[in-house]
Amino acid sequence: MNTLLAVTGSQVSSAWKLIYHFLRFAAGVGIAGGVIVLLRQAWSRGGSVISGPVNELRARMPAGARIPLIALAIAAAYLLPMWDGLPFVGSDRVDVVALLCQTVVPFVIIALGLNIVVGMAGLLDLGYVGFYAVGAYTVGILTSKHASLPWLVSVPIAVAVTMLFGVLLGAPTLRLRGDYLAIVTLGFGEIIRLSAQNFGWLGAAEGVSAIKRPPSLGFDAYSAGQNKWYWVIGLTLILVVMFFLTRLEKSRVGRAWTAIREDEDAAELMGVPSFTFKLWAFAIGAAVGGLAGAWYAGQLTTIYPNGFDINKSILFLAAVVLGGLGNKWGALLGGVAVAYLPERFRFIDDKRFVLFGVVLIVMMIFRPQGLLPRRSGGDSAAGRRRLKGLEKNLPVGTTGGSK
Amino acid sequence: MSTPILEVDNVTMRFGGVTALVDVDFNINRGEILGLIGPNGAGKTTCFNVMTGVYRATSGQVRFKGEPLGERKRFEITRLGIARTFQNIRLFPEMTALENVMVGADTHHKTSVVAALLHLPIHKQEEKEGRERSMELLEFMGIADRAHELARNLPYGYQRRLEISRALATKPELLCLDEPAAGFNPAEKEDLMGLIRQIRDQGYTVLLIEHDMRLVMGVTDRIVVLEFGKKIAEGSPAEIQNDPRVVEAYLGAPDDAESSLVDEEAGV
Repeated sequence: MNTLLAVTGSQVSSAWKLIYHFLRFAAGVGIAGGVIVLLRQAWSRGGSVISGPVNELRARMPAGARIPLIALAIAAAYLLPMWDGLPFVGSDRVDVVALLCQTVVPFVIIALGLNIVVGMAGLLDLGYVGFYAVGAYTVGILTSKHASLPWLVSVPIAVAVTMLFGVLLGAPTLRLRGDYLAIVTLGFGEIIRLSAQNFGWLGAAEGVSAIKRPPSLGFDAYSAGQNKWYWVIGLTLILVVMFFLTRLEKSRVGRAWTAIREDEDAAELMGVPSFTFKLWAFAIGAAVGGLAGAWYAGQLTTIYPNGFDINKSILFLAAVVLGGLGNKWGALLGGVAVAYLPERFRFIDDKRFVLFGVVLIVMMIFRPQGLLPRRSGGDSAAGRRRLKGLEKNLPVGTTGGSK
Repeated sequence: MSTPILEVDNVTMRFGGVTALVDVDFNINRGEILGLIGPNGAGKTTCFNVMTGVYRATSGQVRFKGEPLGERKRFEITRLGIARTFQNIRLFPEMTALENVMVGADTHHKTSVVAALLHLPIHKQEEKEGRERSMELLEFMGIADRAHELARNLPYGYQRRLEISRALATKPELLCLDEPAAGFNPAEKEDLMGLIRQIRDQGYTVLLIEHDMRLVMGVTDRIVVLEFGKKIAEGSPAEIQNDPRVVEAYLGAPDDAESSLVDEEAGV
């Protein structure tokens, strides 16, 4: 899955090596986390409050600084593979750029999509891998197995097909709540995998191979330059998804989803057509999952049914929970962490998943709300500013409680 | 008074063996404040639930502006113009006060996912209007100073007022308040009475469930009394105060143990 670079020849004792790797890793995470917090802080205009210090910083930020900051952060993200120090966050056995394209990009997109369903609308979906598979297989079928469309053309089709699957799954099952919905979606994920495994038309156990890759810029296939170019496309996809999710989040759609999550009956009595909005959450979440699958198929060029098992669903969910349910910045961070951590610790082989499990358990004990939780509550500085602006337009003396 | 805005026609509501409402029959006139009172477990909240589509009446029907509510869904009834608050506060705790009210204001908005994705002008217009209207409502209820705090962090009195703001944001013609003064001190109750009158003066019809007799007698135009799911009296506050059956219902044999059971079956 990852390009393995040369194994180090040095015979440093393994304990020191572990400590060394940990330190390097901690520095890497610190940098990545800092970049994400900065980007987030520049991006959002208040409203969604995350933590005090970040917020205060934003309040003190000059009004004109927002746009340049966003531009700077995005440019930095695009130029990430150009940075020679990048192996700093990687290890000598992992090609970081390939890792970014093949694992981080799909995980981040999928975490963003799942965050809509689980984090915002509060619908526990344990079969999200099903949508990932549908997206990947649609691209596989259209570019290799049964047709030979270019990858770029197959992607919108894959997204549309996955969205349709979201509606097909959602329409009959969204009347269920909580655990019941979780069980049904779990079944859906397995149905998709087993179908792929058993239908010859879908490649059965051999899967689909020779899937077309995203358009190249004239680089040699699998060259370093090619991977850097793919990072540009992948990052663009992430930014586009985030852009549209922000729009939804700040509209009545986001409010309806949150209201449904908080108290579905009260929401319904306040005029929210909850079924419609739950179905939208499912459809949009599925579409984003399909996009992630389409990207994944284009990167790996070969997909197997076993790559879409239940463990993947759990891992996706872990990404969203780890990052912070209901916060797209949390989903972004969680997606990066869950894609990156196991690869980063490849040098301790299978023990890395034990380590990952320990990290998750520690998180759940000490920070159950996730790395970047939804909101810490309290009055945001940006909110106060907005309030001041509104007060000017209000007639004076309309306070209640007279008499 | 004028024409009835809501007619409750011989409504009976059964839950298995428990009959929560028996042939309840009354009207609410446009522009009045109607009090719905009765001892615990009398079926007041059940009555609310039938009117707002949470339950379907076992027999009988509810007509709003002359039209039977029939099989309408809860959000459709809200759109028609009936809004309510809850006996036990049910805000959206992880949303700010302003967002809570904006959810109510969204009831009549036409744009949805596609318009939001494309930021169509009509969508932006609706968002702006909804936000401004919600802010005005918070201002009207006297809680605008904490508009950007999460609902769960608001003090109790603010939460009660926020529920009313949220209900008003759905532009109701009939506003149903389920024990809005529960847990209030006398001064706060006094304030609330003023607010309810103001709400009525703005053209809303108000249905009020309340235990506090002073508040009910002071603010309502008419009162309907329920006991054990039956309507036992209807009339002006003065008439109700002197009605021997009402006095008996309130001061008669203690029936707490029995009625709390019914309350559990029938309550929200």
